[in-house]
Amino acid sequence: MFAYYLRLSLASLRRHPALSALMVLAIAIGIGVCMTTLTVHTLMSSDPIPWKSDKLFAVRLDSWGPDRPWEEPNEPPPELNWRDATALMASDIPPRHAAMFKSMFTVQNEDPGFAPYMVEARITHKDFFALFDTPFLHGGGWGDSADKNLEQVVVLGKVANDKLFGGENSVGRTIRLDEREFKVVGVLADWQPVPKFYDVNNGNFDAAEDIYLPWGTAQPFQLRTAGNTNGWKPENIDSFDAFLNSESVWIQFWAELPDTETKARYQAFLDAYVGEQKKLGRFPRPLNNRLSDVNQFMSERHVVGDDNRVLVGLSFLFLAVCLINMVGLLLAKFLGKAPELALRRALGASQWQIVQLNLVEVGLVGLLGGVLGLGLAYGGLEAVKTLYASNDGNDVRLYALNLPLALQAMAIALAASLLAGLYPALKVGRLAPAGLLKTQ
Amino acid sequence: MLSMHNISKVFRTDLVQTHALRDFSLEVAAGEFVAVTGPSGSGKTTFLNIAGLLENFDGGSYRLDGVDVAGLSDSALARLRNEKIGFIFQSFNLIPDLNLFDNVDVPLRYRGFSAAERKQRIEEALEKVGLGARMKHLPSQLSGGQQQRAAIARALAGSPRFLLADEPTGNLDSLMARQVMELLEQLHEEGTTIVMVTHDAELARRAPRNIHVLDGAVSDLHVVGTPSLRAATV
Repeated sequence: MFAYYLRLSLASLRRHPALSALMVLAIAIGIGVCMTTLTVHTLMSSDPIPWKSDKLFAVRLDSWGPDRPWEEPNEPPPELNWRDATALMASDIPPRHAAMFKSMFTVQNEDPGFAPYMVEARITHKDFFALFDTPFLHGGGWGDSADKNLEQVVVLGKVANDKLFGGENSVGRTIRLDEREFKVVGVLADWQPVPKFYDVNNGNFDAAEDIYLPWGTAQPFQLRTAGNTNGWKPENIDSFDAFLNSESVWIQFWAELPDTETKARYQAFLDAYVGEQKKLGRFPRPLNNRLSDVNQFMSERHVVGDDNRVLVGLSFLFLAVCLINMVGLLLAKFLGKAPELALRRALGASQWQIVQLNLVEVGLVGLLGGVLGLGLAYGGLEAVKTLYASNDGNDVRLYALNLPLALQAMAIALAASLLAGLYPALKVGRLAPAGLLKTQ
Repeated sequence: MLSMHNISKVFRTDLVQTHALRDFSLEVAAGEFVAVTGPSGSGKTTFLNIAGLLENFDGGSYRLDGVDVAGLSDSALARLRNEKIGFIFQSFNLIPDLNLFDNVDVPLRYRGFSAAERKQRIEEALEKVGLGARMKHLPSQLSGGQQQRAAIARALAGSPRFLLADEPTGNLDSLMARQVMELLEQLHEEGTTIVMVTHDAELARRAPRNIHVLDGAVSDLHVVGTPSLRAATV
């Protein structure tokens, strides 16, 4: 019967094209607005590394000042200073851990005629790649010694490798960063976690950096952070070494803790470390060291703002308004064909079969509305991208529909239209046929 | 075939109650052709709607082909209507954007016949009413008489035992009305039970049995001839 109902529904839609178009448009506009906000929200709030997000922990020590917390109610700062990051790296409790910060360079390849350009880089430890399961196209990361001693090696991101070496295997080749030569030891495949969870203090949704340098280069080359630096007390910072010894926080720190026992041991280690530092006059605040897994950290750092959630809520309210309009249109349409439905009842259709017929038509309207709504959502996302995307285009991935979201849109359109159509379908299905047959 | 005893039906509004049928009793045997006449508002249509299971009743009992219809669920009533009853309406009630084939197909769909059986029944029914060559025509492409014959084909396609006709010639000119009436008489001769509501006294006289409805009750009973007697005179 479904195919029969579908054929009848198509004929019914064709019979009243203007009314049908209005219904499709009502659901399409609602879906278009919803999917525009929902797409941005879903990508913002997605788990960037679902297979191990519960084992990766952002490490935070409350090194902030005594008067007030970093953020109410009692949040420790999201980053560490150089001294603490270096000290934590001495622990052998986490099987993998890495301190990291963002920097910037001008980059050039071996060709003197190549025009140098600015590139964002990440200075980090060797575990960074295994910690976050970054995929390699060629080569691999650097060894342990490069984190402790100066070794001028780099790992390139895919975009940098494409720009500098035309996408060839560049392992063993040389690039220049701010006039210093570095040897390429690895090239990453495309790797763009959304959100960029490992450094939400410097662009939650920015693209991943395109060049990675070992930790051992930071101090000899006096590499400065290109991200935020925060401090809680006035300090006389007149040299790079003074900066490294200051209480300013600017380093992200992540550890892999595979089970609760390891996590507990590491938490005890952190607390013991801070306890020792308190004896030296540091860490004036009460003990407040945090290990937050990826999703906890995203939540604590408000990666998805409340205004975004409100916007999604408002868009669903708008969809509800569209659906209420659709209920009215469906009532008008179904009442218009009530005599035909009464005839079907007389010829043997039950009330439920009439309701089914009406719901198939409503579902068809919903699916057509969903398809049109996806088109509107695409247009909406393009408009949002034009208005709000960052100038460097780093966050354009937030404004792209993907297949799961498109399927979600169709499911919402179908469910919403069936919801809107239920009352008209039931009402018309229950009309007594006797009084309507004379008007056929 | 049809057995109604003391059927009553009251239509109520906030202000008034209208007794459409009062103690309405009627027996129609299998194979009878009964014409029901009466003035407007006498209760003919209410009787027909109750007989056709399109309307429920407030009191009394009604058995259709031996089945007590009181208390049946909506789906059971729909199934009974589909299997036992064929409807013929004054205004034909063909679905305008379906061709004749698809119009006749409607009750068969709800019966659950296979596609092949439906096709065979539709073609036979349309051939029987002389519209075999017009299966793909839309109702608007046919005359009134042809449309009523198509409606009769739709009523016949499911092989019902009982035909209910509500003013079947009311919208037709005299020539077409005669053709439709002859078709009904032919069906009666083949054994179909027919109850026909009509205003037309001349048409009613052609039915072997007449009943007159007045103020919601059978007021007069006039037997023109039993089915067997009539068959003997043909």
